[in-house]
Amino acid sequence: MSGDAGRPGAGGPEIESPETAVPEAAKPATPETEGLEIRGLEVRYGPVRALRGVDLTVPRGAVAAVLGANGAGKTTLLRAVSGTLRFHRGAITAGTITFGGARVDGAPAAEVVRRGVVQVPEGRRVFARMTVAENLRAGALAVPGRRAAAARERVLELFPVLAERAHQRAGLLSGGEQQMLAIGRALMAGPSLLLLDEPTLGLAPMMAARIADTVRRINAQGTSVLLVEQNAAMALALAERAYVLEVGELALSGPAAELAASDEVRRRYLGVGAPDTDRPVGTGLEERAERTRPARWTA
Amino acid sequence: MAVFLELLVNGISVGAVYALIALGFVVIFKATEVVNFTHASLLLAGGYVIARLHPLVGFWAALAAGIAAAALVGALVEFLILRRAHVGSRGVLAIVTIGVDILLTTELTRQIGTEVLALGDPWGDRVLRLGPVTVAETRVVALAVAAALIAAFLLAFKFTGWGVAMRATAEDAETAALMGVRLGRVSLGAWAVAGALAAVAALFLCVFPTPGLDRGTTAAAMKAFPAAILGGLDSTTGALAGGLIVGVTETLISGYQSELAFLGRGIGDAAPFLVMIVILLLRPSGLFGTKEPVRV
Ligand SMILES: Nc1ncnc2c1ncn2[C@@H]1O[C@H](COP(=O)(O)OP(=O)(O)OP(=O)(O)O)[C@@H](O)[C@H]1O
Ligand SMILES: [Mg+2]
Repeated sequence: MSGDAGRPGAGGPEIESPETAVPEAAKPATPETEGLEIRGLEVRYGPVRALRGVDLTVPRGAVAAVLGANGAGKTTLLRAVSGTLRFHRGAITAGTITFGGARVDGAPAAEVVRRGVVQVPEGRRVFARMTVAENLRAGALAVPGRRAAAARERVLELFPVLAERAHQRAGLLSGGEQQMLAIGRALMAGPSLLLLDEPTLGLAPMMAARIADTVRRINAQGTSVLLVEQNAAMALALAERAYVLEVGELALSGPAAELAASDEVRRRYLGVGAPDTDRPVGTGLEERAERTRPARWTA
Repeated sequence: MAVFLELLVNGISVGAVYALIALGFVVIFKATEVVNFTHASLLLAGGYVIARLHPLVGFWAALAAGIAAAALVGALVEFLILRRAHVGSRGVLAIVTIGVDILLTTELTRQIGTEVLALGDPWGDRVLRLGPVTVAETRVVALAVAAALIAAFLLAFKFTGWGVAMRATAEDAETAALMGVRLGRVSLGAWAVAGALAAVAALFLCVFPTPGLDRGTTAAAMKAFPAAILGGLDSTTGALAGGLIVGVTETLISGYQSELAFLGRGIGDAAPFLVMIVILLLRPSGLFGTKEPVRV
């Protein structure tokens, strides 16, 4: 499973080396060390190596996207940052993760939250037996009451439906409402970096567009976002910079606009562009089965 | 009729005490998914400290010390043993708690020897008469204290940050950690609370009409297990209902022992377990338990 065999050489269709900076004109001029910096990350689940040599940067105030097929290691990457690998018997075996200039790799999840990095887990994972209001309260357990009240106002303004459903059990909400609750709950901790794991998965296009719009608003209010998505079109539209994971390694990275224009990405992730005799061209949004194939896009 | 009412009041009172024990048991299970068989020895430890200290410092200080001691023993068991026992299976952890229970109980019963230790409570053998019904004062106090503690506990569980953290952890520990909940503290807190409740229960299991604390006290404490299990291991409401069912059944059956002689002697002690088995056959997750939710 470590995916060594048949790896493309390091000189794949690298659009841009990570050193060439993303245009950051609209962003506050803060040094990159204040954001998230991942260097040479390797993660293993026992004998299974899920990530190798991953370098990734989310400058402060930016949105970065991580794309990749099922099993590419996207969730693993977020778990490494949020300190939840240990719940899956995984561990960081090489590399460093820093946030705001301080090391966070190896820190327990509760500590990472206190540093301002909060993850919305894959599959929403709302506390189904608790009410919507209690879920939001749970999100604020790590912050003092005064800040929680302010965060609550911000969340309810972002998601008015959560105020209407405050006393309803979270398990009874629709999928889209649960996703809003999961994001709202994470925002209760007042994160400076939000980690989102496939927030539009299983949602109708309308709802997915709403979530995308919300992510944009959250970012406009000053929160950086690391967005993992199968919905490449949406992710590339939101992000300034994007990374493509392939079987645990970075295959591509660069400014989102350039990735979106690249033939490789268009064909494999957006379902448009050069015809492909090998496989049918899908919608681009539902290509899971296709993408799990071992075929590489570079020789 | 008077006999029945007296038995009923006594049963409810004993049941409320069982409910205190069962509540601690349920709290530990909810927070850590561990079935805690150490509970009876936590109770014995609390009772033992009260019994030894009251001649020196007076009853109320001894009671406070006993509660603190049982909470501390609970926290230590969590911190020194369970937290370090990196075994994958909850079943193995349950057996670890059985081992700890045997160690603690063996040492405590060795200390107690053949003595019957009084706990120095202020109620003695006084009785209250309400019309035709006569009830021991200890039973009335037990009922009032247990009801107050249970109410306080349930309110805290529902409304405080501690309660929200406990419930979030019980439902999904990983996601609770993503909210900044320190899981170690949650489980330490659960063990300490359970220990404290057990010490209060110890007091009321050892006062009149029981002669005092002796090596048999753990057997009485054991009846809280069927209470917790028949109510549903993960339900605080279940712990209450289970405690009351066990207390009332046991008291009524013991009270009408002569009428029920055909069931054999000692049926009162066995009754809680019989009730538990019957209820579990009908409802495998207990009266109020939820089936373990499928985690994706
Ligand atoms: N607990 C685990 N134990 C062993 N291997 C695991 C574990 N969790 C994930 N893996 C493996 O690590 C690799 C990366 O998994 P990960 O969940 O990070 O992928 P993903 O990109 O998030 O996929 P998806 O799009 O399906 O969510 C996969 O090969 C997977 O089988
Ligand atoms: Mg994933």
